[in-house]
Amino acid sequence: MDTFLAWASILCIGTGVFLAVTGAVGIFRMPNFFTRLHAASVTDSGCACLLLFGLMLQSGFNLPTIKLCFILIFFLISSPTAAHALSKTALSCGAQPTPSPREER
Amino acid sequence: MELIIDITLLTFLGITALAINRIDKLFCVIMLSGIYSLLCASLFVTMDAVDVAFTEAAVGTGIATVLLLSTIGATDTQQRSAPRRPLFALLVVCATGAILIYGTMDMPAFGDPDAPIHQHVAPRYLQESQQEIGSDNIVTSILSSYRGFDTLGETVVIFTAGLSVVGLIGFRGMQKFGDRQRAAGITQDDMGKHLVLRIVIKMFIPLILLFALYVQFHGDFGPGGGFQAGVIFASGFIFYTLMFGLDAAMRVVSPRTLSYIAALGVLIYGGVGVATLLMGGNFLDYNVLRSNPLQGQHLGIFLIELGVGTTVFSIMVLIFFAFSSRKGLRQ
Amino acid sequence: MNIGAHYNYWVAIFLMMTGFYVVITHGNLIKKLIGLNLFTTSVFILYISMAKVKGGTAPIIAPGIEVYSNPLPHVLILTAIVVGVATTAVGLALVLLIYDRYGTIEEDEISLKDDAL
Repeated sequence: MDTFLAWASILCIGTGVFLAVTGAVGIFRMPNFFTRLHAASVTDSGCACLLLFGLMLQSGFNLPTIKLCFILIFFLISSPTAAHALSKTALSCGAQPTPSPREER
Repeated sequence: MELIIDITLLTFLGITALAINRIDKLFCVIMLSGIYSLLCASLFVTMDAVDVAFTEAAVGTGIATVLLLSTIGATDTQQRSAPRRPLFALLVVCATGAILIYGTMDMPAFGDPDAPIHQHVAPRYLQESQQEIGSDNIVTSILSSYRGFDTLGETVVIFTAGLSVVGLIGFRGMQKFGDRQRAAGITQDDMGKHLVLRIVIKMFIPLILLFALYVQFHGDFGPGGGFQAGVIFASGFIFYTLMFGLDAAMRVVSPRTLSYIAALGVLIYGGVGVATLLMGGNFLDYNVLRSNPLQGQHLGIFLIELGVGTTVFSIMVLIFFAFSSRKGLRQ
Repeated sequence: MNIGAHYNYWVAIFLMMTGFYVVITHGNLIKKLIGLNLFTTSVFILYISMAKVKGGTAPIIAPGIEVYSNPLPHVLILTAIVVGVATTAVGLALVLLIYDRYGTIEEDEISLKDDAL
């Protein structure tokens, strides 16, 4: 059981770190605001929640785990909301989600 | 391992500081300063200063960023002039930096337990705090009891800052905000358009306020206390204002009520001091508040943290209202 | 010269000097205030670095822990953070009033308008 938890937490934290790196690379390399926003929100939602879950698995079952669980639920709700707020504002300011490739170069 | 985290965070801080210097768009600069504050808070956690990290994250990242954004909302968003005499300034800065680095050569090594700073009064606080004050969090016991007078000064400084901002920007401007908006024909956005945000914010605001109360009353046992709690409570109100508009928020709690609450907070703090005087002890000597000195300390710390939290909350919301009502003037 | 011994202090001084540079070269008032914030935060880093004890933990009494970091600089910096944000708020209120009066927040344009009066 312990080794299973250890391996599961390593898997979660590793995936979270990978998502963080790809999100950071995506913010620089993506051509459009909305694609960059998607990269950032993958880091915000996916990486943060996976890291928190991995840490919960690491710490066993005590008070810090419950606190981490609360923080995890908060992140699960607030990160997509933040991305939603950003994209809504951008849309209302006139940015278009799908430019033609010729316009971007 | 800790050293690697330390060095990485410090490097990021340096890069962020250089970026703040170079970038012209003020919005980006403000976002970078928020990132800088969060990196500082992380650095403070690795250096075992958990209370300080909490305060820096709440105050530096939250309130300072919000106030800066309100200001550029009411003024320009682009820096227009080029840096003046950059080479001479670079010379002055390098000379000052070199002198300061020469000064740090004499300082004890980072983390040295025999440094002079750890010798005189700090071991006494660490060893005697539990018997004399009874709280687990030594930072709270020093802040509220051993150095309570400084914290009274700090609360009065926050109160004065709120007074200054209200004096500069004016109550009447805030109270007439709704009339000005209606006269200019600006109506509040149709709330139905922002359904997701409205529901999520309605879900979060009670939790934020509850968390603020938790932080306020657990200052004795973990990181927390009046300042952090006041700022988190204020951020719940700021959240409400951002979603439902300044007019609605000022109907929930009016600026005049906030100024009374702020004065009440400072009055509670000073009142505890005067009460201890009247009961025969020194100013802010909590031992005389109850028959048992430890109980007296607990009551005293509870009351003054309440005063601090109340003042900080009301002044932060008041300053935010003052800045936001300015934006209405621009439109 | 042991780099590990003093690295924190040197980086704090570097950040302090960056903030100083921002304050003295840029003419935009909001940029100056942000530079001042940089300066104050770097001083906090300097103090908190001095408080750290190798092998210590946060100064919250817990059973089984012998060594704690020094809590006194933490208290001083807590006060300093809050006073810093209060000062920033007053500074920003002044910037708002300057903008109302002069129509700009660039220093050279303000002094031009002042000379023209």
